[in-house]
Amino acid sequence: MSPRLRRRVFLAAAAVAGALLLWGLTGLPDYGVYVGPYGDVLNQVAVAERKATNVVASVTFDYRGVDTMGEEYILFAAVLGVAILLRAQRDEHEEPPDEDAADRRAPGTSNAVRVVGLALVGPVVLYGLYLVAHGHLTPGGGFQGGVVLATAALLVYLSGEYVTLRRVSPELVTDLAESTGAAGYVAIGLLGVAAGATFLTNVLPLGQPGALLSAGTIPLINMAIGLEVAGGFMLLISEFLEQTLVIRRPGEVT
Amino acid sequence: MMGFLPYLVAAWLLLVGLYGVVTSRNLVHAITCLSVAQSSTYILLLSVGFERGGTAPIFLDVPVGTKAVDPVVGALTLTDVVVGATVSALLLALAVQAYKHHGTLDPERLKPERD
Repeated sequence: MSPRLRRRVFLAAAAVAGALLLWGLTGLPDYGVYVGPYGDVLNQVAVAERKATNVVASVTFDYRGVDTMGEEYILFAAVLGVAILLRAQRDEHEEPPDEDAADRRAPGTSNAVRVVGLALVGPVVLYGLYLVAHGHLTPGGGFQGGVVLATAALLVYLSGEYVTLRRVSPELVTDLAESTGAAGYVAIGLLGVAAGATFLTNVLPLGQPGALLSAGTIPLINMAIGLEVAGGFMLLISEFLEQTLVIRRPGEVT
Repeated sequence: MMGFLPYLVAAWLLLVGLYGVVTSRNLVHAITCLSVAQSSTYILLLSVGFERGGTAPIFLDVPVGTKAVDPVVGALTLTDVVVGATVSALLLALAVQAYKHHGTLDPERLKPERD
């Protein structure tokens, strides 16, 4: 199919789909007018029922916990897929990262970037841990905190060299973090089964709303997700960097 | 009209993103367009759950009973953002391999490989 024909077919299809979409959307309540009962009900009862002040967290990790487990495994499978796709292929070989190209010398990292980057690593790690640990109280949680934690690894790369990144996030550690996070979620779910309730029932003591130790299994699941996401994103970062810096096909100019 | 604008934005993002995917001449560009199309779901979900004057559904500083937006759509969007990023990474990894084997990122010039 030529590009022009394809564009025409798409425009015709999009006109129909767009009209249907708009027709459907006109049936929705006006923006700013909320009618559905679920949000209001949850906002009324969730804090009393689960003792988590962040209702989004109690929805994500408790009321809809099984759904989030599915999402977590999509994430796990996607990261696994990247690792498989980007492993060294049969005709490729790894070379030690060499910043010296054949005809030019890559400029070294400036001292300003080095200093600011390294100075930020500590605060970023702390902020990531804070987001993960307080997910049931304030905005944040395992997903957000995990991404922030993985950013710390990127800062190390920016302010140093690839070799340093490998040293601070060795594959064994990122792999372990990722798989522990993935398995941890299921293990926490099985706590419910062990206590004689259904899978992912919040069976731990709930405590008082607003306390760091409260909301039962929700902070634990947040930690599992935080590990999973941080490990997964670190793995993604190092896989892609490895592609550009280390892995070469035969005959490729470095 | 203002009551409908966010839905129009969602519909526009979906269609313009798909247009980008269909007419793309570069796989990285196509993957970015797919992210644009996907982001329409965030706008749609959050618009459906929004209530005028509502605060975030977090009752640490405000008492339970304060008017707040729907936490369910917030939860759906939050997981989708992170999972969407990793799925984009998977697609980008496919693009890296396609470039290695064919020397191009143009979908028009990516012919099926013969054994």
